[in-house]
Amino acid sequence: MSTAVASRQSFAAPQTAWAWNEWWLLASYLAMSLALVVIGLEWVTRPAASGVPRDLAAPLWTIAVGSASAASCAILGCYLVLRRMSLLGDAISHAVLPGIVIAYLLSGQLTGWPIFIGALVLGVVTAALTQGLSSLGRVSEDTSLGIVFTSLFALGVVLIQGWVRHADLDVDCVLQGQIDFAGVTQEFYGWQISRPILALLPTLVVTIGFVALFWKELKIVSFDPALAAAMGVRVAVVHYLLMAMVSVATVASFEAVGSILVVAMLIVPAAAADLLSSRLSMMIAWAMAIGIVSAALGYVLGAALDTSVAGMMAVVAGGQFALAVVFSPRSGLASRWLRNLLLAVRITSEDVIAGLYRAEERDQATGVSIELSGVRGESTRSGIDEHSASPFVRWLASWRIAHLGWTAKDRLGQARLTDAGRTVARKLVRAHRLWETYLDTHFDLPRDHLHDAAERMEHFLDPELQAELDAELAGVATDPHGKQIPPADSAVDSSSLEK
Amino acid sequence: MNSLLDIHDLTVAYHRKPVLWDVDLELHQPQLAAIVGPNGAGKSTLIKAVLGLVPLASGRAQIFGEPVARVRQRIGYVPQRESVDWDFPVSVLDVVLMGTYGRLGWFRRPGRDEREWARECLEKVGLAQYEHQQIGQLSGGQQQRVFLARALAQRADIYFMDEPMAGVDAATERLIFQVLADLRAAGKAIIAVHHDLRTVPQYFDYVVLLNVRLVAAGPRETTFTPDNLRKTYGGRLALLDAAADAIAAGSGAP
Repeated sequence: MSTAVASRQSFAAPQTAWAWNEWWLLASYLAMSLALVVIGLEWVTRPAASGVPRDLAAPLWTIAVGSASAASCAILGCYLVLRRMSLLGDAISHAVLPGIVIAYLLSGQLTGWPIFIGALVLGVVTAALTQGLSSLGRVSEDTSLGIVFTSLFALGVVLIQGWVRHADLDVDCVLQGQIDFAGVTQEFYGWQISRPILALLPTLVVTIGFVALFWKELKIVSFDPALAAAMGVRVAVVHYLLMAMVSVATVASFEAVGSILVVAMLIVPAAAADLLSSRLSMMIAWAMAIGIVSAALGYVLGAALDTSVAGMMAVVAGGQFALAVVFSPRSGLASRWLRNLLLAVRITSEDVIAGLYRAEERDQATGVSIELSGVRGESTRSGIDEHSASPFVRWLASWRIAHLGWTAKDRLGQARLTDAGRTVARKLVRAHRLWETYLDTHFDLPRDHLHDAAERMEHFLDPELQAELDAELAGVATDPHGKQIPPADSAVDSSSLEK
Repeated sequence: MNSLLDIHDLTVAYHRKPVLWDVDLELHQPQLAAIVGPNGAGKSTLIKAVLGLVPLASGRAQIFGEPVARVRQRIGYVPQRESVDWDFPVSVLDVVLMGTYGRLGWFRRPGRDEREWARECLEKVGLAQYEHQQIGQLSGGQQQRVFLARALAQRADIYFMDEPMAGVDAATERLIFQVLADLRAAGKAIIAVHHDLRTVPQYFDYVVLLNVRLVAAGPRETTFTPDNLRKTYGGRLALLDAAADAIAAGSGAP
């Protein structure tokens, strides 16, 4: 049997200029969002009375704080999403609480790096405990994750309620954050600076540095941990470094947006970015962009509607994810719908002219004119257009036929194939009959199974594959139903039609 | 003389159930070897155990007379195709470049030389024109060839492959085999889990028959016998008939 034909796996491998396309898409997304944010800020910060100066410092600081937090989380979130560990981000962002409390109890302060070390330790402990518990057996990984992080978070709550009663550390503040105070600035080496940015900006820098430094290790461990381990990459080291970074980013973001929103910022922008990109670098750029836009647009909407700013940031992130689901170029609903529609239109229009061609063939001797409507009966034999083509698709198909000049009206106002249309139709009919012949000679199929398969294949046989079929069938002139297979050469064909 | 591969008394257990039991295997010369056995025989586990990817209950594995951890740069590995997420946002070339990571060590990025080499490897498996594609757009056979190209990029001396011909069509299977034969001709050893008994005589010159325990290992002519296969597969007749046919066909082949 022919492996030459059967081994053809894809019909075309177009070289897509992915980089240009994707960067262009990202740039226009950012430009559009920036315009929205500027318009929004203009509205939100409009002075109450004329003559009062516009206060832009507080809104901009809030956006900066939200953006720095969202960007760090989004970068790390990409690796969590790709490694199917989204829940681990959730877990760590909760489980670091006892670390924060213990660090606070020991150091007596709520800022500075004792807190980071406390959180970092707990983050790594969470990851280690989860793995340990599930490798002890009898507990699945997600269950052990659920046990570890709820227990640790509860421990944190108990510690706060029992020992930290009068401090400005409470459960509400951990869950919801205090982004409303991000606009309050303080003196820092002669600059007026929002306090959370002092933790968030270094975190962002460290996160970017971490990803840049361990770029290839993170990539291979995320894609193929087995190969990474076989090559001698320390998979566990990379894993725990990532978990440590997630803990750091989480704690840095706590104060600003709270632990619930940290989870949103870790997962949602990265998940949306995954739908929009075909390269890891692109995915990280998208995730950062979506995170930052969520922060900026979230602030504007939150301020305009006078509601929770941090909450609105997460809502905007969720909304953007929904948009990504619809408009993802690779798998989005919109692009899938469009691709299917274009394919349906192409197939329907090709079916119509192939039907006209067959009718021409049949009625050559009598010279009876053919109506388009009558032709539909012919191609319905395949069951394709009557069942799947909606009136809209048929309308588009007839527009396509007219646009490509495949048919022209004759004196009686009836559609006839033009020379161009006849050439295309002949190729289709040729493909159809070649495929029927191929199936008939190479597979032991009943005759009535041939037509439907060929009706589908005729739209997808490219010239290269046709040439292979030709070589395979070497000079077979008629299909299994006894009909002539039209030649590839048009000159021969038109003369045979003239007869 | 150091043996190429020395597996001594290897036992692997998942939750106290042995998956591999007391496996001894020595390979002295570069071979194109097939690991053959029924489902659940521990074929993949044997490879993973040798590479140190699963914990050993007992025993040891040495390659080139050294512990595996010290010769990792000389070992190539092709995991099962299903073991990775093919929607991962990387290009075909990116994946092949991963083969060069082992030699680069920490922090160094693949540069122009590595790119050239990766393209050369893609060329060898006939995928040069696909280098910019996202890996999910490839067919199953093409994905398998990307994995093979990545293994080539490792520039190893011994290759472990987990079902490198699973789910590929006949033409791709021949292409993959040709690449393996070229490696073998260049003095490399290849140990591949192979699922199709019928093509063993056609492609391999050494056979390891495995069913939790090692049933037999040796040159294909003397080891791949109906008797040994019966010991490996038990009484599954349909399979044995197919294998017997293959052996009959194989013995007639040059």
